Amino acid sequence: MSRPKNQNYKGHGLSKGKEREQRASIRFKTTLMNTLMDVLRHRPGWVEVKDEGEWDFYWCDVSWLRENFDHTYMDEHVRISHFRNHYELTRKNYMVKNLKRFRKQLEREAGKLEAAKCDFFPKTFEMPCEYHLFVEEFRKNPGITWIMKPVARSQGKGIFLFRRLKDIMDWRKGTAGKKLTSLEAPPARSTVNPSGSHDARSSDDQKDEIPVENYVAQRYIENPYLIGGRKFDLRVYVLVMSYIPLRAWLYRDGFARFSNTRFTLSSIDDQYVHLTNVAVQKTSPDYHPKKGCKWMLQRFRQYLASKHGPEAVETLFSDMDNIFVKSLQSVQKVIISDKHCFELYGYDILIDQTLKPWLLEVNASPSLTASSQEDYELKTCLLEDTLHVVDMEARLTGREKRVGGFDLMWNDGPVSREEGPPDLSGMGNFVANTHLGCVNDRNNQLRQLFRSLQNQKKVSS
Amino acid sequence: MLQEESDLSLVIAQIVQKLKGSNLYAQLERQAWASLQRPEIKLQSLKEDIKEFFKISGWEKKLQNAVYSELSVFPLPSHPAAPPEHLKEPLVYMRKAQGSWEKRILKSLNSMCTELSIPLARKRPVGEQKELLNKWNEMGTDEPDLSLFRPVYAPKDFLEVLINLRNPNYENGDSLSFRTHLGLIQVPLKVKDIPELKEFFVELGLTTGQLGIDDSTQVPPELFENEHVRIGQKVLAEQDSAAAQQYIRQGSPTALRAELWALILNISSQPEDILYYEQLKTNVIQHDLLVDSLIYKDVKLTASNDDYYFVFEDYLYQVLLCFSRDTSVLGHFAYNSASPPKSYIRGKLGLEEYAVFYPPNGVIPFHGFSMYVAPLCFLYHEPSKLYQIFREMYVRFFFRLHSISSHPSGIVSLCLLFETLLQTYLPQLFYHLREIGAQPAGSCCVCFPSSEPDGGDITGRS
Repeated sequence: MSRPKNQNYKGHGLSKGKEREQRASIRFKTTLMNTLMDVLRHRPGWVEVKDEGEWDFYWCDVSWLRENFDHTYMDEHVRISHFRNHYELTRKNYMVKNLKRFRKQLEREAGKLEAAKCDFFPKTFEMPCEYHLFVEEFRKNPGITWIMKPVARSQGKGIFLFRRLKDIMDWRKGTAGKKLTSLEAPPARSTVNPSGSHDARSSDDQKDEIPVENYVAQRYIENPYLIGGRKFDLRVYVLVMSYIPLRAWLYRDGFARFSNTRFTLSSIDDQYVHLTNVAVQKTSPDYHPKKGCKWMLQRFRQYLASKHGPEAVETLFSDMDNIFVKSLQSVQKVIISDKHCFELYGYDILIDQTLKPWLLEVNASPSLTASSQEDYELKTCLLEDTLHVVDMEARLTGREKRVGGFDLMWNDGPVSREEGPPDLSGMGNFVANTHLGCVNDRNNQLRQLFRSLQNQKKVSS
Repeated sequence: MLQEESDLSLVIAQIVQKLKGSNLYAQLERQAWASLQRPEIKLQSLKEDIKEFFKISGWEKKLQNAVYSELSVFPLPSHPAAPPEHLKEPLVYMRKAQGSWEKRILKSLNSMCTELSIPLARKRPVGEQKELLNKWNEMGTDEPDLSLFRPVYAPKDFLEVLINLRNPNYENGDSLSFRTHLGLIQVPLKVKDIPELKEFFVELGLTTGQLGIDDSTQVPPELFENEHVRIGQKVLAEQDSAAAQQYIRQGSPTALRAELWALILNISSQPEDILYYEQLKTNVIQHDLLVDSLIYKDVKLTASNDDYYFVFEDYLYQVLLCFSRDTSVLGHFAYNSASPPKSYIRGKLGLEEYAVFYPPNGVIPFHGFSMYVAPLCFLYHEPSKLYQIFREMYVRFFFRLHSISSHPSGIVSLCLLFETLLQTYLPQLFYHLREIGAQPAGSCCVCFPSSEPDGGDITGRS
């Protein structure tokens, strides 16, 4: 049960001890009115609670989290769909800082080669505080294109491309720059805690009148991989059940989102060309609702395999695995790993023409609204399997490596496809337990899994 | 024996005749001349030495592939006294049905043309030519006003014609007899039953490995997949068309599919092939055809709206516009029951000297035509190669799907085969579909897509 902390509450809940008890019904709460609601309502034994009722499971939005998490007491069994300070991973400026720090640490501990595995994020500078560093980098690479993104907005809002410093001078004079009197003024810094984490609230408090929006300037990837002359990015789902130890699951399905118009560097003002979010594409004059704009990852993987061969595709997908793991490791020490929390992240990946994957961003609240029938099915299955892994019904043993469409990717160490302990030596025979873009025969797998779990229970009782 | 021998020599003569005009012949000649320089070629044993040289250098293999290709395409000659129509289609009533269907299509095309006062063909002004050339790689961005154009026909119109096919030698009285066909197709063509199909498609048997089944994630790759891939690579290295066709019956590895199909169809992008494609492209730039608008409309309605093919929209224009102008396609009408429509220069109706085939390739695109090309875009990314593959696929296979004939691989036989199998092995399902009136959808619409055309069909109903 969960209730506000200041109420009169006698003792702990019933669920003490190591055994997780089976609950008669699971009370859930959510404010999202889309695929998630359908999935929750259809789950056997799950009952919706509204308003102030007590809940066992809450799929909350981040604003609620910010305001209420710290005041809410949760029983041991209660689960909530976000980590308190997820923004360490999902806000672009924090993610960059954490990744840079992690990279340095990796270089110290394991050498340059290992550290180079963190080079999946395009060079990024926080604005306005790193403006000078940015200008230095800018001058070193004349003529390349940069992209300016607000740190905390989504769906492609507020993003623009530029090639000349003059372009951002104008922008600074315009909206976000209103707060700054001149370049020479000491840049606004958010308070940094000793652990390296950021306190989002206090940095908000620092702004007095107009809230200054933080931006990042990032090197634009000018040679994206094109299919049919169009740019696309990949949306991949990663479920993190805990950070300490790090336990992460990778979903087999996902999709490639296409830009509606053909890619060309000559029209950097045309945001429809460069931004692949469905939200932006929907407003493009070319957009026809019947057009999916999305390819399922299986189709994408097959397309690449027929064009480049299976080895190249294997390399690409294992590079992507590397992105997921390293990005999570970089915030491992910083995120408050509360056992009540889990989080379903939406990773945005861009592939360039050399088949190198780049991390664009990580979303803590990936869209769960379906844009087509196929999309609805994908998201329904994704959410059902998420709930299976969260396992409010206490059915799993905890030793599973696959649940439905989710494969256990990291369990305090790499997880191997083969049975037995993980091969940490990294030598030849290790094949990672990830199947991104592969066949997702989740129904069969779930049937077998739950049947064997039932049998185990019968045997042990 | 004698008959077979004379048949064989006839076939050989025909193939030799065909190949003599080909580029391969010229290349072989050049190679033969050049080989005279080689030390191993001796005057005493000239013929054998050159043959040996061809074998070693791979030219013999190329010749084999070309012969194999011809054999695949050209049907065997029947009776020496048989007229050429019999090669197209031996049954008279089928020929008649195809003929009247063609008349309908042409009428529809001509009336649309008159209604809209658009010429069947016109030369583009220089400005327009330049514009089109600039936009060649992204013609999909064009949004011409196509509201007045109607597809010349839709698959359901064609289905209706097939349903109404009757053999005049058969008594199709009202009383039901054991001969009455319960399905849509009412012509008594011979189709294979399951035992015959099992024999015909022996490689799909349970004891033979198949990609797509025996390479699923549960099955260890050592059992079948690895070896099959290895053999595939060997077949490609040998560049043997016939071997490739045999190999692919057990499935093609994804990475090898594009090359294997090209090998089977005997397509290798020679400079002259690329040049030919460029020539077609020039034709497109210089002249605008009415069918171009039909192609645009079709692509916009079908492929562009498809979740998986919309990405390839630009390629589809680049292939289909050129295809319409490719007169080499006319060659396939020798064995196609259809005939290319004829049009007359303005004012000279009926005068044969002023007759031209329209469109130049003789194929009027219908609603859904672009879907023949769309799947190939997954494999081929270079327009001229994509074009060649599609053209070859069309003149070997696809044309049979929209012409009325008795050929066992033709659409009539395929529909009848489907219905007969359903009726024989799943009679309850078949009966149920009939009862609920799902006949067009249930039994035959597998072949006929259900997407609605925008605008009316040729019967005037929408």
